[in-house]
Amino acid sequence: MNTTIIQARPDFAAIAAWIPQGSSVLDLGCGDGSLLRYLRETRQVRGYGVEISDENISACISNNVNVIQNDLESGIADFEKDSFDFVILSQTLQATRHTEALMKEIVRVGREGIVSFPNFGYWKNRLQVLTGNMPVSDELPYQWYDTPNVHLCTLDDFEFLCAHLQIRILGRHVMTDGKDVHMMPNLLGSTAVYRFRLHV
Amino acid sequence: MNASVGIVSAQRAFFDTPLTFKSGAVLPRYELMYETYGALNADKSNAILICHALSGHHHVAGFYTDNEKNIGWWDNMVGPGKPIDTEKFFVIGLNNLGGCHGSTGPSSVDPQTGKPYGANFPVITVDDWVESQARLATLLGITQFAAVIGGSLGGMQAMQWALSYPERVRHVLAIASAPHLTAQNIAFNDVARSAILTDPDFHNGDFYQYGVVPTRGLRLARMLGHITYLSDDAMADKFGRELRSGKLNFNFDIEFQIESYLRYQGDKFAAYFDANTYLLMTKALDYFDPARELDGNLNRAFAAAKAKFLVVSFTTDWRFSPGRSREIVHALLHNKLDVSYAEISSQHGHDSFLMDDDQYFAVMRNYLNNVAAECSR
Repeated sequence: MNTTIIQARPDFAAIAAWIPQGSSVLDLGCGDGSLLRYLRETRQVRGYGVEISDENISACISNNVNVIQNDLESGIADFEKDSFDFVILSQTLQATRHTEALMKEIVRVGREGIVSFPNFGYWKNRLQVLTGNMPVSDELPYQWYDTPNVHLCTLDDFEFLCAHLQIRILGRHVMTDGKDVHMMPNLLGSTAVYRFRLHV
Repeated sequence: MNASVGIVSAQRAFFDTPLTFKSGAVLPRYELMYETYGALNADKSNAILICHALSGHHHVAGFYTDNEKNIGWWDNMVGPGKPIDTEKFFVIGLNNLGGCHGSTGPSSVDPQTGKPYGANFPVITVDDWVESQARLATLLGITQFAAVIGGSLGGMQAMQWALSYPERVRHVLAIASAPHLTAQNIAFNDVARSAILTDPDFHNGDFYQYGVVPTRGLRLARMLGHITYLSDDAMADKFGRELRSGKLNFNFDIEFQIESYLRYQGDKFAAYFDANTYLLMTKALDYFDPARELDGNLNRAFAAAKAKFLVVSFTTDWRFSPGRSREIVHALLHNKLDVSYAEISSQHGHDSFLMDDDQYFAVMRNYLNNVAAECSR
């Protein structure tokens, strides 16, 4: 199971690489619980997910993953300060409404935050905009009229928000088609994973 | 999938070790009625206890030889291939102490006086029930339950198990429950009790010797209860403003369908339920508050727990609202206990926990599949 998950979601391996054995993890918008299950099996994490959809709740329970049914943006308020080693938001940032407030909450509840998102600055996206259309790709598989993504950003944009919120970036992992990207990541990377904490 | 556990029969357990209640009262000996379904495995690790709510009893699933229509109150949930799968689990249902379905209660004869206990039956708490249930478990050779499951007042007992006997329960499933009743909830119970207490046939709880039953009080109590168990929407859907005769009669007879329904439910209930038991059950609800002796701090109350939890609520349940279940979840999270929480979209108010619902059943089934996987064969 692990290999298939990693093939389907290369950001999972990048996230897992940052998480020491036995950490506590909160996964916001945890879907069917695959990441938490992967982290439990490979990192022995103690984790909880927050998820809104009925289907995903029963899938998480089936995956033997702790899950709390709630809207992730309001649901995170239920968690106490510094109650997790890591708060993860995987491929969901762009679909959150109060993104700035959520980023603050992530670094309140977690000692560190890990966020992955599709890079809107990826050259293929830029090209589609240049040719006059909203980008549609593997990372952004929606049409403009049915997309849940309301807050798309580039790597540079995200880093600007972090600076604005006094959040210190501890690590960055940029990928395209599952392969690491080191050169000109804001142009050549399709997905980014960031690790950060509050600048204190 | 829709198989029944089939023909079942109730059993009776006798206890002659005195039970000291939280109130200080002592019951020298007592009996508990119970039923079991499925088989206990070799290392006795697959037992599940079902705790009942206000009007429940030991007949949880299946039916009786002499009455096939007397189907258990949670037969949709408990049976072979059902979410609480009797092919995997050994399931126990009991009638709580103070009940009126065979376990020692106010209508039982007190051997010391030769008369029904009546008003002399001690006020019983959720803690006392858990104590009596633990003794039944011991009698059946069960040192640790795979799960204790209950809805509403039953959920309170399931939670109390994790607090009173942290080593004796691996999973707690608390459904449509609350960490304590709100003032509004206690108020409903008080009105229900007042209906019984002020019925002239109540005779201060000793109506048995007068050969009467406080039917009017019981009926009113049940009617009130029923209103609070349903949602506004469910009532509107089921009854609306429909009239029995199709026209207004300008009198005080039963005219609207909802009136007819409530009276039918009230009459049915008053015909079999004991008024003193009703008083005791509502008091147990009012008194339940594991945080009471800890300055109201629920986080501290759950510090003793070790079990894993599944907490379930229903969106239209206003008597035990989702917010109350989230209080439980919050305290469990604070104590870093394993917990999953499902908020089921359902029309049926508090009664939802007894109804069929795909999502509710999927959550229960998936959770209990994992519980079963932990039990040896």
